[in-house]
Amino acid sequence: MTSPLEQKKIKIAGPSVVTANRTWDGIVVYRTAAKGWSADLSEAAIVRNSDEAKALLAEAVADDVGAIGPYIAPVQVGEDGEIVPGNLREQIRRTGVTIGQPAQV
Amino acid sequence: MYAYDEIDRTLVNERVSEFRDQVKRRLSGELTEDEFKILRLQNGVYLQLHAYMFRVAIPYGTLATNQLRALAHVARKYDRGYGHFTTRQNIQFNWIKLAELPDALADLAKVGIHAMQTSGNNMRNVTSDQWAGVAPGEIEDPRIWSELIRQHTTLHPEFSFLPRKFKIAITASDHDRAAIKIHDIGLRLIKNEKGETGFEVLVGGGLGRTPFIAKTIKHFVHGRDILSYIEAILRVYNQYGRRDNIYKARIKILVHELGIEKFSREVEDEWQQIRNSSLQIDDEVIEDIRSRFTYPAYEKLPHMPDELRQAAADPDFEAWRKNSVAPHKVQGYSIVTISLKPTGGPPGDATAEQMDALADLADKYSFGEIRVGHEQNLALPHVAKRDLPALWKALDKLGLATPNVNLITDIIACPGLDYCSLANARSIPIAQELTRRFANHELANLIGRLHINISGCINACGHHHVGHIGILGVEKNGEEVYQITIGGRADENAALGTLIGPGVKFDEVADVVEDIVEAYLALRERPEELFMDTVKRLGVEPFKERVYATR
Repeated sequence: MTSPLEQKKIKIAGPSVVTANRTWDGIVVYRTAAKGWSADLSEAAIVRNSDEAKALLAEAVADDVGAIGPYIAPVQVGEDGEIVPGNLREQIRRTGVTIGQPAQV
Repeated sequence: MYAYDEIDRTLVNERVSEFRDQVKRRLSGELTEDEFKILRLQNGVYLQLHAYMFRVAIPYGTLATNQLRALAHVARKYDRGYGHFTTRQNIQFNWIKLAELPDALADLAKVGIHAMQTSGNNMRNVTSDQWAGVAPGEIEDPRIWSELIRQHTTLHPEFSFLPRKFKIAITASDHDRAAIKIHDIGLRLIKNEKGETGFEVLVGGGLGRTPFIAKTIKHFVHGRDILSYIEAILRVYNQYGRRDNIYKARIKILVHELGIEKFSREVEDEWQQIRNSSLQIDDEVIEDIRSRFTYPAYEKLPHMPDELRQAAADPDFEAWRKNSVAPHKVQGYSIVTISLKPTGGPPGDATAEQMDALADLADKYSFGEIRVGHEQNLALPHVAKRDLPALWKALDKLGLATPNVNLITDIIACPGLDYCSLANARSIPIAQELTRRFANHELANLIGRLHINISGCINACGHHHVGHIGILGVEKNGEEVYQITIGGRADENAALGTLIGPGVKFDEVADVVEDIVEAYLALRERPEELFMDTVKRLGVEPFKERVYATR
């Protein structure tokens, strides 16, 4: 299979993070600056250019046991430093489904 | 019900052990994700947005009550208390942990349930009519043949690495409830002039990016030859199918590119070489499978019991009965469809509590049997008419008596962007809003039979191409946009819908559907003229004008 690093030239248009799903339970995680994974977006390492993004993704891909399917996702960083997802898909991955779950309704 | 033999039980249990070892090796790092992915897919395990998704097969849509309770148990113990019934007689759990999957599989294996071939490029769950064995006028129970094909194709090495996934559906009734014309192979059980059982074989149906309605490849294949004929089709597909391009890898593309005549010649040549082989089925084999399907000991009951006559005075009961209760082949009994489409609810979802309670009701009122249909509803196939009022009351308490079967709020929808990693747009919130807009059941009945299908991407898991009204979510400039088609259908007269115009925004979809429905109500010649009849008579233009006049 083609590595995410080889699939296409990595270009980012703004601040981004590397996200994936944790291997043992599948939850959404973000690559941290401490070379680990966190379920908290606020702990994600922010990259701001393609070289940084490529390096962070390469590090994430190498950790195949920790998390699977890593990719670069856009975020917005507020003036206060708050990180929020950059699109609806990532918003849903962060906050969960936009519908009530049957067992909770 | 079908009673599995020792071979099946051994196979299912061995598969659990095998997968447990694979998961262990994956979590230890011995297997990479690239190595593991094909293994997990062959066991129904996908990775979705938030978690792994676990798809479990319900062969030909038949469940015993202990099996439904086992599904409830998995929902409760390993997931978030609910499951999602799909359009292909499977159930999906959306929040399962990889580390716990072997235990979940082991719990299901105790009742003969598995997840083999519910994903991956192999032969998927063979589906059939959810009314199989009880529908009046049926040629014979199509599940006997579904089971034959299931046995032959399960773990078949030649079918385990196909160019792409492969789906077979079987019907034995004039009215097709199994959507055979949108399957890779569709089988319609028929009798020839000698009274022999066989099949009309259709091939090359499918939706997705390039939708096609299946074409008849052979008008009659004798039952004894059906395995060899299917195998011949698969061999031609295996040889010529496009492995180089995932978007062109389904058999529908091959049939389209070769043309049905050339494709059928290729199949015929292959078939002549193998039809008189060990693939020819002895009558004893069919009889053995037939003998493993057990049917209830029906009582001799009146056509119109007093209980039903008295309950007819209750308009709420009558509203439910009219839409949910269908004739049974045995006098005094009915087939009851259980709507999993409550107002404001996600289509096809059932909680663990509902599954457990429904299992109890099936034990009490339906000889311990439940069926799953491709419309994402359930059914109780053997309910005595005298029990209908009591069953209705019990279902109502469980939130399972929404009187909307086959009406506008009986919506088929894929999980969409709320769950699915392939989706571009949300499906479920659109369905929820539509069920609220048309929550008035008198209005829904006035509108009559109208099927809405919603997909959150071009892969078309919500079968939007064949919805009377089809809704396809796409992403455009970072926004969810929905394309609307009308005139599709998935039954014996299957057809693809026609796009009515430019896509509309998320917030406008329900308004557009209301406009289409209002146009239909104004245009129909009489109340009995169904939506599809009006579309057939007038085409899409009047609807297009209505929708876009003010947009």
